[in-house]
Amino acid sequence: MAAQSFDVVVVGTGPGGYVAAIRCAQLGLSVATVEDDRPGGVCLNWGCIPTKALLRNAEVVGLFNRAQEFGITVGEWKADYAQAVQRSRRVADRMAKGVEFLFRKNKITLFLGRGTLKSARVVEVAGKDGATTLEAKRAVILATGSEPRSLPGVTIDEKWVVSSTGAVTNEGRPGSLIVIGAGAVGIEFADVYAAYGAQVTVLEALPRVLPIEDEEVSTQVARLFARRDITIRTGVKVKNVTPGREGVSVSVEAEGKPETLKADQVLMAVGRAARTRGVGLEAVGVATERGFVTVSATMETSVKGVYAIGDMAGHQLLAHKAMAEGVVAAEAIAGQSPRPVDYGNVPSCTYCRPQVASIGLTEAAARTGGREIAVGKFPFTASGKAVAQGDTEGFVKVVADKATGELLGAHIVGPEATELIHEFAVGRTLEATLDEIIHTIHAHPTLSEAALEATLAALGHPIHI
Amino acid sequence: MITKVLMPKLSDAMETGKVIKWLKKEGDPVKGGDVVAEIETDKANVEIEAFGAGIFRKIVVGEGQQVPVGELIAVIADPADDISSVTAAPTKPAAAAPSAPAAAPAPAPRPAPAPGAAAPVPLPAMESYQSVPATTAVVPMAPAAAAAAAPAGGRVKASPLARKIAGQTGVDLRVIQGTGPGGRIIRRDVEAAMGAPRPAAAPAAAPAAPLRPAAAARPAFVIPPRPDVEFEDVPMSSMRAAIAKRMPMSKAPVPHFYVTSEVAMDEASALRERLNALDGQPRVSVTDMVIKAVALALLRNPGVNAQLNGQAIRVHHRAHIGLAVALDQGLITPVLRDCDVKPLARIAVESRDLADRARGGKLRVQELSGATFSISNLGMYDVEEFSAIINPPEGAILAVGSVLQKPVVEDGELRVGRRMKMTISCDHRVMDGAMGARFLQDVKRLLEEPLRLLV
Repeated sequence: MAAQSFDVVVVGTGPGGYVAAIRCAQLGLSVATVEDDRPGGVCLNWGCIPTKALLRNAEVVGLFNRAQEFGITVGEWKADYAQAVQRSRRVADRMAKGVEFLFRKNKITLFLGRGTLKSARVVEVAGKDGATTLEAKRAVILATGSEPRSLPGVTIDEKWVVSSTGAVTNEGRPGSLIVIGAGAVGIEFADVYAAYGAQVTVLEALPRVLPIEDEEVSTQVARLFARRDITIRTGVKVKNVTPGREGVSVSVEAEGKPETLKADQVLMAVGRAARTRGVGLEAVGVATERGFVTVSATMETSVKGVYAIGDMAGHQLLAHKAMAEGVVAAEAIAGQSPRPVDYGNVPSCTYCRPQVASIGLTEAAARTGGREIAVGKFPFTASGKAVAQGDTEGFVKVVADKATGELLGAHIVGPEATELIHEFAVGRTLEATLDEIIHTIHAHPTLSEAALEATLAALGHPIHI
Repeated sequence: MITKVLMPKLSDAMETGKVIKWLKKEGDPVKGGDVVAEIETDKANVEIEAFGAGIFRKIVVGEGQQVPVGELIAVIADPADDISSVTAAPTKPAAAAPSAPAAAPAPAPRPAPAPGAAAPVPLPAMESYQSVPATTAVVPMAPAAAAAAAPAGGRVKASPLARKIAGQTGVDLRVIQGTGPGGRIIRRDVEAAMGAPRPAAAPAAAPAAPLRPAAAARPAFVIPPRPDVEFEDVPMSSMRAAIAKRMPMSKAPVPHFYVTSEVAMDEASALRERLNALDGQPRVSVTDMVIKAVALALLRNPGVNAQLNGQAIRVHHRAHIGLAVALDQGLITPVLRDCDVKPLARIAVESRDLADRARGGKLRVQELSGATFSISNLGMYDVEEFSAIINPPEGAILAVGSVLQKPVVEDGELRVGRRMKMTISCDHRVMDGAMGARFLQDVKRLLEEPLRLLV
């Protein structure tokens, strides 16, 4: 069969790929997309979205547990984890259908099957009903994403040792769970399983949970998790993971001493690796660096006309970063001069309770520059709105340059932290200083007032504390 | 609409210009105000802006090529416009002017042309062309008139952080080209203007800073010593050629006379030290104080702020000061306007910026002409005194020497004082010795009672 020809062929329809495809179509280019799973990628189907559904369930369970506090007497109630997973599948299905709808709306052709680069302009799709050859007249965008990593010698069997992908579809809840890795994924699953009554232990090799966050944030999350009877063990080296008839044994080294831990199941959450194999990178000569595809500021790889975006292109492995890169690649291909992605201004969010969100530099990173900084912190215990809604755990912390008031970073633990962070994101994009934040009237009572107060605190004069 | 981009006439003396660099490619969209090219004139490199909007259709004069003023160098037009007739025309610029007996290779200075009328313009005025004065088919960075009339006012698009850093470092936002969205000035633009980007690891930068102005003020003269040869013939830079051509036009026809005076700089030096110790204030140089003193004295002595203009004497009532800046390949005199009304701090910021940009070849067109009086300061080279040649059509120039420590007698006591000599060169056709001496006396008094420079 003759090759089908499009301006742009996008391989992978995760948040990077589908956004790039839509943006290309908006700019008048004809677009084909290639997907070997379901449109929407890991994010919509197995990651961000279904886990948010599970976390919402966990939050509702948490509220039921606190009903007494609000003067509500609840009769007998039961939280069925299988139904939580089923709900999360319905959410994921709906969002994936949404992507298919957007493809139709933008006249984007979807090819199901595995896409492989044959040359800089040709992608071969191995589908169920045979192979299709796609010719890209302008460019190919690679957006094949990433897959869960494991520890050396440990096989993810999705039964005893599960990845996030296995965990998100698993309707059975283990009685006890060991989470290896205290990054965002590990912390979120620990939250969900603990809410549904599992005995959860989180192991982290580094000295603190959420190691990329500000140290005070890590300390706060660890303290709050411990209060919910989640065992947190940091500085622990996992030596071996052995599935057996009675569950899984995890041999570790903690403070120089060997130890063996047991649980019904192990969740491997030590990070993700770029999906670069089987994409045809070698055949075409696309350069990679430490496992990630090397790209320019416009997301073009070492091969002219071949672009790579999202997890496979490195930096933060986050859906919103992939989306931003998709827009840059599409606009560059259409001949525009897009603003490159500012990797120093990508928000980081963890949706545990309370939520964690941050942008910019941590206090420690800001100090290493040798500059004088101003730090302001405001606890939600002093926020009227937080007290009224009964969510007083956490704080907002602002890190600024002392001389100029430049917003270097913001760190939030607390209710709706992942929404609140965008005030600081917009501020940083506009190069606002502390002055612009404090001269912005914040509605009362809102959680956002805590952002205002933390900013005032950085200037030395908070009102409400 | 077809817009012809012509080699602009950027100064009175300019006859030809060279395209150094095209900043737009053929096919790029262009809107009014976009910088399209860098042009080398006889005295400086300047950036030129597009006037019309459309697609940058054709580059007629390639990079490195030199053409007479008024020659077509590029065409901006809509994609649908047929530009073949335009690009074909300029090869014979004189053909359309049959009355001209012999085609003058250099176009005559243009009178303000009446649009559409058969003006004596070497290029035929065709209806499809934008009917604007030919020299503004590409206009200078900003309308010169506006810059001269109202330096203040006008919204500058800049981020809050950029404003704050600019305020702390004395960078003038109005002279910065923003690189943010829509030309907004953002942090990196201000830091670039400061010449010292602030990396994450900044501590080492602070102690080095005070040394920088002194180092920057001393250009390296570029002809290296060569013991191996008897002599060498070095080609003249276009700037050197312009100076060589222009200076005899001053020295020979203009009868110069000179008046020298010595100023006690003790008070001025002490004030300067105190000003420079202030936090958040720009560094003030001796030149800056001289500029301010000269500007105030010029207002009081308009007879010195004057030039020969045909049969009349044009007397200026504004002090636009030309500042001689030494460059590797010669000398240039950018203009600092309205020094009589600008506060000293502003003069300090603007004069440094002007000198930096002069050295970087980044001056704007309107900064190259319009001085009413010039100052040449060789103080940094340990020069007791010298006299300068007037830069026509100006009527006078002040030559400033070093501030030197000298034994002085005061009230019968011998002590160490700081003294500076300055010499004014005057055009005797316009003024007389006494006028120059009175002016110099006023400058001297202002510098000896330097608080007057601040009020």
